[in-house]
Amino acid sequence: MVTNDDELVTRLRRGDEQAFAALIDRYHASMLRVACRFVSDTAVAEDVVQETWIGVLRGIDRFAGRSTLKTWLFTILLNQARRRGSLESRSVPFSALGERDAQPSVEPDRFFPPGDEYAGHWMAELTDWTQSAEDSVLAGEIRALIQRTIDCLPPIQGIVITLRDLEGWSAAEVCQALSISETNQRVRLHRARTIVRREIECYFEGSESVG
Amino acid sequence: MADQEELTCQELVELVTDYLEEALPAPERARFEAHLNECDGCPLYLNQIRTTIRLVGTLTEDRLAPTARDELLVLFRHWKSAQS
Repeated sequence: MVTNDDELVTRLRRGDEQAFAALIDRYHASMLRVACRFVSDTAVAEDVVQETWIGVLRGIDRFAGRSTLKTWLFTILLNQARRRGSLESRSVPFSALGERDAQPSVEPDRFFPPGDEYAGHWMAELTDWTQSAEDSVLAGEIRALIQRTIDCLPPIQGIVITLRDLEGWSAAEVCQALSISETNQRVRLHRARTIVRREIECYFEGSESVG
Repeated sequence: MADQEELTCQELVELVTDYLEEALPAPERARFEAHLNECDGCPLYLNQIRTTIRLVGTLTEDRLAPTARDELLVLFRHWKSAQS
């Protein structure tokens, strides 16, 4: 049976070590993956997560339950990670919409040009790589490609796609943890997914990566 | 329906996330789905995005060395003894 977070918080306040261990098992791996979006070095990411756990212990009595434990925990993590990330000059302020956001999802030359009878429609058939991409033979290679692509995304896009599509967070949880609007969250997610899609396509079309 | 109201493929690809997030207003959603029904390429594109989402979800295997759980539990004991 899975103990819910509220109960773990109550037990943690009473100094229950098992409750702390349960939270570590539940969130530590996710926290490390998110921290890695901000800092270049795994060792630094581990530091960030450790500092976060210390922050959790220090703040647990003040945790009012206005947000879920998960979003509170990740808010602490993001603050720690941003501080370390900016020391490494890798951090991007969340409020700044990158100019990359204006890029089209699919290269314009894939469509008939303006003025053409079929303007804006697919010019050539898309390669159907979906079966091959999920083929277990290629799974390792594709996963590595996706990981590299996410690593190269602007940090905020990398965080949004990590939380949504990898960690399985809801849109509302991501908005709350990152203090961004729903629209902003969708724009980031859209950019990130389309860039990953394009890299997979490039892989199957054998062309050079554009990322 | 007037021609200019029909989505082009190029417009549709920009709306895919809004569609999947159920953030499109009803008329937009109807246009989106009407286009999908008539187009060969766009359902495939949508399927590629869905596949992409699934594949991102498979990245969970940890490339990080498991951090010292024990180390954290030691921190916990320090915290606890400082509390009392």
